[in-house]
Amino acid sequence: MIRIFKPTIFVLCLIPFIIIAYQILFNQLGAEPVKQVTHHTGEWTLRFILLSLAMTPLKNITKILAWIKYRRMLGLFAFFYGTLHLLTYIGFDYQFNFDPIIDDVLNKKFIFIGFAAWLLMLPLAITSNQKMVLILKQNWKKIHRLSYLIGIFAVLHFIWLSKTIFFEPLIYLIILITLLTLRLDFIKFLFKKKSVT
Amino acid sequence: MKLNKFKSSEITPENFYINRRKFLKKMGIVTGTAFASQHIITSALSYTPETERKITPYKFATTYNNYYEFGTSKSDPHKNSKDFITKPWDIKIDGEVENEITLSVEEIKNMIPSEERIYRFRCVEGWSMVVPWLGFPLNKLLNKVKPTSKAKFVKFTSVYDPDQMKGQRFPVLNWPYKEGLRIDEAMHPLTIMVTGLYGKELPNQNGAPLRLIVPWKYGFKSAKAIVNIKFVKKMPISSWMNASPNEYGFYSNVNPNVSHPRWSQATERVIGENIYSPRIKTVMFNGYGDEVAGLYDGMDLRKNF
Repeated sequence: MIRIFKPTIFVLCLIPFIIIAYQILFNQLGAEPVKQVTHHTGEWTLRFILLSLAMTPLKNITKILAWIKYRRMLGLFAFFYGTLHLLTYIGFDYQFNFDPIIDDVLNKKFIFIGFAAWLLMLPLAITSNQKMVLILKQNWKKIHRLSYLIGIFAVLHFIWLSKTIFFEPLIYLIILITLLTLRLDFIKFLFKKKSVT
Repeated sequence: MKLNKFKSSEITPENFYINRRKFLKKMGIVTGTAFASQHIITSALSYTPETERKITPYKFATTYNNYYEFGTSKSDPHKNSKDFITKPWDIKIDGEVENEITLSVEEIKNMIPSEERIYRFRCVEGWSMVVPWLGFPLNKLLNKVKPTSKAKFVKFTSVYDPDQMKGQRFPVLNWPYKEGLRIDEAMHPLTIMVTGLYGKELPNQNGAPLRLIVPWKYGFKSAKAIVNIKFVKKMPISSWMNASPNEYGFYSNVNPNVSHPRWSQATERVIGENIYSPRIKTVMFNGYGDEVAGLYDGMDLRKNF
């Protein structure tokens, strides 16, 4: 099953990239092209972060181990879209003009926290392969707990850039809180208890 | 300024219109001349005409809008305002005046002819357009009433109609939309009441039937679908000031030196350009400094943002 599922999901994960690449190549980006690319890549980064955070709770709830097999791939797609998001901002928006970018990172809290989220994804992406799991042993788990912080930072990034209280960032916040709550020991205990009876 | 008069008896089709503009530009003739429709006349211009920047394509000026009454996404106003009823429509001018009046939009249009004004339009979100508005100086309308000596500000109130305006069913802003100007700002010849754009009647998504345009201020100051203009003693609290006082001040003049907490105001993206086009520098008072800087002599515009 995994043999068929994994490549299928991989291709599905590439669809947002194909859509935006098509829109760039064929000039379908509308009134404010840079913003369109920034929002699209940003939105999918956040979605993949939350998807990767959903795998462990899904495993615990459904008692199906296979969910874990997709966690790394989803996390790496989050990093992929996050990197595109950052490159759009640096390359398309500011044309590699670093003065205003540095100014933004230091003075705009939503950019600061967004950039921080990307930086935190770096060590996770680098240590994502099997070899690193073996080398780092217990530490690997500790390092990869950073993903919770990345999720929090990414949602804050979205909330802080929104103009007023909007519906969408709130939905992401609720999903994040749910996913993190499901990791708390006493909640996990509830599931275990249920399975015993 | 040299004035070029063109008279045409009908509304100019858009493609024709753009071409004529290009032609005028090529001929080195100053742009900014008004075209006549039933209510439009040519008139002397009292502002810096737009000669350097291209006019934003009609498609973008009418499909990329901030009009939260019809939804918070840029494409919502175009989609959700199609059936919005703008006839009949009355506007009341009251408050600190000796003779409050109520006029219908038709009466106003018949009383005060519209002219074309090509203005740069700078949104607080960091994007800009160049739009050929049709309208008349607000002072021509305000002169219909006599303000008392107590009047210091003018408050604009937009329509409240949640049945027709989906966005008003949610407390995104404190509806109805409210804006304000100092009297001298409101009376300034650059401040116009808009009745149309691109030689056409004003589309619903752009604030029909009557909206304000204050070209040296960020776009949100230019209230849409206005139903009430009130002369008041105290500085009005606008909807955006109410939503976030540290982000939106009363004046909200375009000012590249005062950064918004969430985005830079030093540069802007030009709507309709492609993805490879760089941002352009934002100019103080959106480039209308020669005309309006005097209104703020001696004021600290960092504090009075």
